[in-house]
Amino acid sequence: MAAIFQGVGAAAPLSSSPSNSFDSNKSVFSPRRSFSVSKRVSFAVVRSDGKVNLNPKGRRDQRLIPNAVATNAGSAAASKQGHELLLFEALQEGLEEEMERDPRVCVMGEDVGHYGGSYKVTKGLAKRFGDLRVLDTPIAENSFTGMGIGAAMTGLRPVIEGMNMGFLLLAFNQISNNCGMLHYTSGGQFTIPVVVRGPGGVGRQLGAEHSQRLESYFQSIPGIQMVACSTPYNAKGLMKAAIRSENPVILFEHVLLYNLKERIPDEDYICNLEEAEMVRPGEHVTILTYSRMRYHVMQAAKTLVNKGYDPEVIDIRSLKPFDLYTIGNSVKKTHRVLIVEECMRTGGIGASLTAAITENFNDYLDAPIMCLSSQDVPTPYAGTLEEVTVVQPAQIVTAVEQLCQ
Amino acid sequence: MASAFSATKFAAHPFNTISPTSQNKPLKIPTAASPFLGSTRKLLRLTSQLNLSRRSSGSVFAVSDVVKEKKPTPTPSLLITKGEGLVLYEDMVLGRAFEDMCAQMYYRGKMFGFVHLYNGQEAVSTGFIKLLKQQDSVVSTYRDHVHALSKGVPARAVMSELFGKTTGCCRGQGGSMHMFSSEHNVIGGFAFIGEGIPVATGAAFTSKYKREVLKEADCDHVTLAFFGDGTCNNGQFYECLNMAALWKLPIVFVVENNLWAIGMSHLRATSDPEIYKKGPAFGMPGVHVDGMDVLKVREVAKEAIARARRGEGPTLVECETYRFRGHSLADPDELRDPAEKAHYAARDPIAALKKYLIENNLSGEAELKAIDKKIDELLEDAVEFADESPLPPRSQLLENVFADPKGFGIGPDGRYRCEDPKFTEGTAHV
Repeated sequence: MAAIFQGVGAAAPLSSSPSNSFDSNKSVFSPRRSFSVSKRVSFAVVRSDGKVNLNPKGRRDQRLIPNAVATNAGSAAASKQGHELLLFEALQEGLEEEMERDPRVCVMGEDVGHYGGSYKVTKGLAKRFGDLRVLDTPIAENSFTGMGIGAAMTGLRPVIEGMNMGFLLLAFNQISNNCGMLHYTSGGQFTIPVVVRGPGGVGRQLGAEHSQRLESYFQSIPGIQMVACSTPYNAKGLMKAAIRSENPVILFEHVLLYNLKERIPDEDYICNLEEAEMVRPGEHVTILTYSRMRYHVMQAAKTLVNKGYDPEVIDIRSLKPFDLYTIGNSVKKTHRVLIVEECMRTGGIGASLTAAITENFNDYLDAPIMCLSSQDVPTPYAGTLEEVTVVQPAQIVTAVEQLCQ
Repeated sequence: MASAFSATKFAAHPFNTISPTSQNKPLKIPTAASPFLGSTRKLLRLTSQLNLSRRSSGSVFAVSDVVKEKKPTPTPSLLITKGEGLVLYEDMVLGRAFEDMCAQMYYRGKMFGFVHLYNGQEAVSTGFIKLLKQQDSVVSTYRDHVHALSKGVPARAVMSELFGKTTGCCRGQGGSMHMFSSEHNVIGGFAFIGEGIPVATGAAFTSKYKREVLKEADCDHVTLAFFGDGTCNNGQFYECLNMAALWKLPIVFVVENNLWAIGMSHLRATSDPEIYKKGPAFGMPGVHVDGMDVLKVREVAKEAIARARRGEGPTLVECETYRFRGHSLADPDELRDPAEKAHYAARDPIAALKKYLIENNLSGEAELKAIDKKIDELLEDAVEFADESPLPPRSQLLENVFADPKGFGIGPDGRYRCEDPKFTEGTAHV
């Protein structure tokens, strides 16, 4: 699976290219960059399969529809080649760089030290930084998360790993009550600059409890930010931004995306925590997605382009708060919205996003918002059932066709 | 580890006025309203009567035996100087008077919600916290007013916080159960029991980290975690005992065993009620001390805090104490036996310290009365200050949700929400 998505994964978007990166340390709020449509035309129009689409069957005009997968030659060129690595290595690189930069950054979690992390994100760090800075904890999620919070309140900057995001359900007390609330209930006296991260999402027949999507459970907690990474580029960028942020940030990684390969810049960069990522600009429909579903969407996009549609794909990245500017601009352009997520149907990120878009951009919508989510089912073990639990590219294609009628 | 605590330090000394009465009473099968556990000797007899299965090994009793043995002291040497004595007295009177004032103000409708008063337990707070430095941390539960006061948070700030005024220590946003002070290192104030213990463990972790990773060689900050008997059945307690002992964190776990978790008697909730015994199970000393006696508590605290400062790791101290009032101001307190309450009222720590000071010629009636008056005036001033302080304006609502307010996100107009003045005023639609 990873190999197929290699090309797709390399589609690093405009918004996060180094020249535009937003340094969250600066307190100056720079004006928002505009994702102007005109930039689209300067894209390299080389499709991933080599062909160039000259006869779009879309109901709009006859002009050239750029490739489904926008290979961005921009970012790598800007950084003198860059280097290629896998997503988990990108996370590790980001973490390591931040630990070098600030001695207060530390890691705690189960098997993060000697074992190197269950997905090798912390590999080699304990050897380099020592057993106290990369702390192997006993199996006590609630307590070591609370310990991380206490350490953050007294001056450290811990990165707390949940071996699987699902295990953080055990830490819900600490994440909700302390992580989210203590800055407020202390009247601003204590900050909690923690990063809570770990792999989640539906994997390969991992069973119900290891296939959970916790973003829907955490989204109501006031005082926290949630981001989901999807490419090596934004994984490293978000990891660094999350560590540097004064707010508690929950970084959602996906079990199936750790082996994605991409070329990323050599120099220091971060990805803004509150911004969404434009994956593929388009005209006909806005598809909002995040994490692994981005790849299902891009696969569907290939089919859609063949059929003459021009979808605009946005990886929302920031699950809380939503980047209503990028999303809003897109809605104002296309007037149709499809949300594709891996969360459960009930009370998921898609549900909140639907509400937010309806509240803010109702006048711009030509059709009701469509939301494709996973079934409200404990993820079954059987492969065939698991496949139909999550949204597949064929469903996305059908949905777009329905939406664009 | 047990040897660090020598018996002679807190063996019977002239101040001990307590156990004779309880030991003379015939032992009865405890009911929900049974008298407290008393000295460990009595406890052992009690538990053997109940045929409670004991998981502890002989070595655990070695600790308790050491504690309870009453070796005769050669000459009654004083444990405190006059100056120290007056500091302790003033702190306990402040705690008591403050809590009484809280009750008054509550019934007058100046404060609301859940208010948990500390009357009767002052010896634990004063005994421990008065030994700390400014940079040491204290973590408490919802019964935290007096911990904050002992640590140095001004009475004005605490009273304002209770009144919900913007001049409160947490700007009125925390309330009775969430007392915080970054200046005095009071790290809460937690409403759910047990959830403060990991935070305390984290503060202790930072201390160790500063010493070993950041190479601040003289960092020996200690953290005290206060919590009750009910918490000792909670998972977070055990998980933190394990981690603290494992990494030898500079923390002291102080159990304020007042025998009641709202209406649940400790004996009805706990298979083995001797909490201090759970320390050695994790590899740290467990000490039981009479929590109605501030000098005994202080002696134990000295050793435990010194141990932590030396880097030898955590200690579990069980202070047997009692709350004179109900669990909170909403609790009718009907379950507790009046005889039990009377038994403890007779052991009022303030009265006991007063008696000690006078009997040992460390102070006189007049001087102590002057302190009482001073505290009364301090509290009058605190109430007046709180009364006159302004209520938080609407604009304060969203101010402290995020340390970095960019966390509210980017609005449809492309600007960060927090840049919009209407947003901070709380009138913007989020």
